[in-house]
Amino acid sequence: MSESTINVKMRTNGHRSWFRQHAVSLAFLAPAAIWMLFVVIYPTIDTFRLSLFNESATRFLGLTNYKTVFSTDTILTAFRNNVIWVLIFPFFVTTFGLIFAVLSERIRWSTAFKALIVMPIVFSTTASALVWATIFDNSPQIGAVNAAVLAVSDWFNAPGAYPVSTTAGQTVGGLIGSNGHLKQNSSIVSNSSARAGGTIDIGMEDVSPTTLALLKAQDAVKPQPISGAIDGVVWRAFSPTELTNKTDVLPGELGLPLLRLSLVNSQGATVSTTTTTTTGQYEFSNVGKGSYHVELVSSNFSSGFTGVSWLGGSSLTPVSGLGQTEQALLSVPLADMAMIITYLWIWAGFAMVLIGAGLASLNREVLEAARIDGAKEWQVFRKVTVPMLAPVLAVVFVTMIINVLKVFDIVLNMASGSSVNATPTLAVEIYNDGFTGGVHSGVSSAIAVILFLLVVPAMIMNLKRIKGV
Amino acid sequence: MTTAIETSGPSIPTTEPTKRRHVLRRLLSSRGPSNVVLGIIAILWLVPTVSLIIISLRPEADFSVSGWWKVLFSPTSLTFSNYRVLFGQGFVAGGLLDSLMTSLEITVPATLLVVFFACFAGHSLVFGRWRGRDVVFLTIVGLMVVPVQVALIPVVQFYHELGNLFGLNPYGTIPGVIIFHVAFGLPFGIFLMRNFMSGIPKDLLEAARMEGAGEWKVFYRIVLPLALPALASLAIFQFIWVWNDLLVALVFLGGNAHTPLTIFLYDQNRELQANYWIISTGAIVSVVVPLIVFFSFQRYFVRGVLAGAVK
Repeated sequence: MSESTINVKMRTNGHRSWFRQHAVSLAFLAPAAIWMLFVVIYPTIDTFRLSLFNESATRFLGLTNYKTVFSTDTILTAFRNNVIWVLIFPFFVTTFGLIFAVLSERIRWSTAFKALIVMPIVFSTTASALVWATIFDNSPQIGAVNAAVLAVSDWFNAPGAYPVSTTAGQTVGGLIGSNGHLKQNSSIVSNSSARAGGTIDIGMEDVSPTTLALLKAQDAVKPQPISGAIDGVVWRAFSPTELTNKTDVLPGELGLPLLRLSLVNSQGATVSTTTTTTTGQYEFSNVGKGSYHVELVSSNFSSGFTGVSWLGGSSLTPVSGLGQTEQALLSVPLADMAMIITYLWIWAGFAMVLIGAGLASLNREVLEAARIDGAKEWQVFRKVTVPMLAPVLAVVFVTMIINVLKVFDIVLNMASGSSVNATPTLAVEIYNDGFTGGVHSGVSSAIAVILFLLVVPAMIMNLKRIKGV
Repeated sequence: MTTAIETSGPSIPTTEPTKRRHVLRRLLSSRGPSNVVLGIIAILWLVPTVSLIIISLRPEADFSVSGWWKVLFSPTSLTFSNYRVLFGQGFVAGGLLDSLMTSLEITVPATLLVVFFACFAGHSLVFGRWRGRDVVFLTIVGLMVVPVQVALIPVVQFYHELGNLFGLNPYGTIPGVIIFHVAFGLPFGIFLMRNFMSGIPKDLLEAARMEGAGEWKVFYRIVLPLALPALASLAIFQFIWVWNDLLVALVFLGGNAHTPLTIFLYDQNRELQANYWIISTGAIVSVVVPLIVFFSFQRYFVRGVLAGAVK
């Protein structure tokens, strides 16, 4: 009825122009339309033009920038990272969302649970990235993940009392002061040998005073020979007054406590083990016939677990022997995985809310019918719930693909040191190429155009979906 | 898409399974395991937030010496000194309080402008009678997925052009950031408002028009009050989006003396000796504002998430 009144009105006001007739309504649209025209539509089109020009947009280059894009290793790295993100993230976030949504329907505290899972969406990605960077920190004293790994690994491979850090350039051989030599690069054996009733003293160097303080070391004391036993002292042969004397135990020099020692016979077999006291003394009693050496076993110097570099540049796939370009295309940085885990923490709530809404609107009668027909819960889930949720799952999946294609903040904030060159995505490259050291429009615009083309399928899908609304 | 969603659906009655072969199947068939699994997930999900809070409350020196989890066994070592120091600096350029203010100066106008203009545009698209509304709307829907990266360089050049022509170059200024955020917030905003307003009965407006009410009066007397829930969703969404943006601020405000909190955190992290006591404290401050918004308007936020699945 209202339509016909309008038509009548339009006919009676036939002399008025279309524009004047709708001026008020168009004025309502105008601010938004003009705004978007100048700051969204025009710039998007202009980016296509700029991608064909040189860096300062003064000279036409044709497709040269696109050639550069596909022949520059750092940009190929960015493509590879986007592929990694797109292959891994949308699948996992949708799966998490589905599991959370389905399971939370079965608990009484689902409101609290959902609020908790959704919460990270409102955090800035920058803040989230920085929190997770500490969680993934190398040092087990800072990073919770490495602390957890350390707790487990100590079970199997406890660090020795005198850890030697090879990464810091230390060697076990560097610890020998006097009367010792290196055996198979990992343990120290005395040069001198002894029979029952004899003594073997071993001087050590470069042992950190902090380690000794931690072990409550006391001044080294040379023990008296004991009949039927082999004894001696292992001490830190360092005296500020007699720097070159490494063979005598001088006053003020500390014993090395808690060293694990083995008594080794002439065939090289271990016959007995013991541990030094706080003064560095040891004693092997009831020693049999023959001559023996004393060995400082390798476990004393084991550094144990020193932390996994989650955010470093190391690759999950073998890359040794590959050229620059092959590496750019084929390596899978561990740091990408750490970032994807962080991103899952942020976005799982989003997926859960959407899927939960889909779940709530499912026809319960269908589920009930399936149950009455004798379907098990797992069968109901797999054969009824998931197929009925398929449209929602697809929306989440596509939305997350778009999201991940544009991933930026998290990479910029989590990549550090060696992973800065391994982890950039297209969005990061657009920023790096375009905005570091002045504005450079050419290559950056070409990447932006490619990014735009990558989201076009998603755009078309949205339009198809919304046309139906 | 815009209907409110209750968070808890009707519970599914469970039947006692006779044979249990599959782990997932077992999880799906009784409540006990669901509670345990989701309990563990909830704790895992809380870890980062809890760690952030604790790190911000620990003395600077403790950070690299022992893990934050050690505090769980001796909570007495916590202190507010980090907050005192950073807030004690006052509004120095580049400081925490200054960044907080800058974040507000950007976010509040960028949110209000989007809400206003999206309401107007939604009204025009739903209740206007001009032809081509559908084409305009579909164009706007298409714009929703345009990545901001695509527009950055031309907009920077456009700003410089404005400077050359009118002597007003928005580049490097807070209005420059706001203009960009509004432009990229509008497509989603209009989409949301248009969809919501489509549900308002047209007869209501016709009646008012018959009585001689002008378009403006129809808008603020009838449409606007009815659209308030959608308006709230949009405001929250836009607020959080702008508040948490790093890229746009970096491009348009990178060298500025006053920068938002995201840049404050980013800069602190890039320092050679990153100060985690500053980063963690700043991160908490940056997170508190959107959290307040989130918990106060959770229902509207969820609605926005549901409608905004395409952004």
